[in-house]
Amino acid sequence: MADTDQDIASNIAAVRKLLWLVAGVAALLGAILFLGLEKKGVEEQAPATAALPFGGPFELTRSDGSVLTDKSLAGRPYAIFFGFTRCPDVCPTTLARLALLRKKLGADGDKFDIVFVSIDPERDRPQDIGAYAEMFGTPIIAATGTDAQLAQIRKGFGVYVKKLPLDPAKPDGDYTIDHTAGIFLMDARGRLSSIIDHHEAEETALDKLRMLIG
Amino acid sequence: MKSNSAFALAGIGLAMLATPILAQNVAAGPISTSKAWTRETAPNQSVGGGFLTIRNAGKTDDRLLTASTPMAAEVQIHSMSMDKGVMKMRQVKEGIAIPAGKSVELKPGGLHIMFIGLKKPFKLGDKIPVTLKFQRAGAVKVNFDVQSISSTSAMEGHHGGH
Repeated sequence: MADTDQDIASNIAAVRKLLWLVAGVAALLGAILFLGLEKKGVEEQAPATAALPFGGPFELTRSDGSVLTDKSLAGRPYAIFFGFTRCPDVCPTTLARLALLRKKLGADGDKFDIVFVSIDPERDRPQDIGAYAEMFGTPIIAATGTDAQLAQIRKGFGVYVKKLPLDPAKPDGDYTIDHTAGIFLMDARGRLSSIIDHHEAEETALDKLRMLIG
Repeated sequence: MKSNSAFALAGIGLAMLATPILAQNVAAGPISTSKAWTRETAPNQSVGGGFLTIRNAGKTDDRLLTASTPMAAEVQIHSMSMDKGVMKMRQVKEGIAIPAGKSVELKPGGLHIMFIGLKKPFKLGDKIPVTLKFQRAGAVKVNFDVQSISSTSAMEGHHGGH
């Protein structure tokens, strides 16, 4: 009995040692792996960020059929807004607001471009958005693109877009598009200057525009 | 209930006596509407949003159920909300409650009537005839003024102001 007990005791001790060893090795491996991943993550992230600055590069088709790119916009600050012509509330309100803000800036009002990008190429042809944008009584660069081009510019600006049916019971019926409704202000070098929120006070929006063109 | 019906009937009677057509401020019993407006539309724009104020002067809650117009294939009631910077529009199938003694404003940034499948573009200065259907008040006719696309509210001084 005593022998057996001793055997069991030493066996347990051996198993314990082994377990500690396994745990130790696992911890070490984990740490190496973790640090390795961490390092790898940093390495992978850095060039990606450098290669894709906020906004560009992008390419779209203007309402007159010409090409609009981040490069063709460079040299002048611009305010860019994403929407669609079948959006009955936020889109006309925002474009009307931009037109009004431009007017309130007086002589400085023409120191920046207004860009309207339709994220609904299925229903908004370039010429349609041109006719729509013209109604706001101020020069607006209206553009749209292929799904791939729009995916690229949306990624660049971090614009959320989700198409969904107006009536959930009719998935193939009429649809609406949830979308980011902020106005991105980009400086003459294509860098983000500020964002005008939908609910923002007029004076704040004017200050942001003055900062953009100043 | 009885007194309410009588009140509603009296209201309709009075409204009919008062004037045959009140283009802007329309009353049907306790329900009256004002500041009905919509925006002019671009040539190939097939939808438009309509806004108005609905007042329920009665003692019983009512509900706007549906709307229709000969100028569009379909009219829906929608809500619009901003959720963390994202615009979300949804169909409001249950309609809009118009509580007794209260006014409900359909305006940009909130609720609207959506005209879908326009027969022709809405032109500045046009009037869009719309029939609103209420749970209790029944059909109420209202003309929506077509304003500039740049409008963000009903034009001041344009209405009767009753």
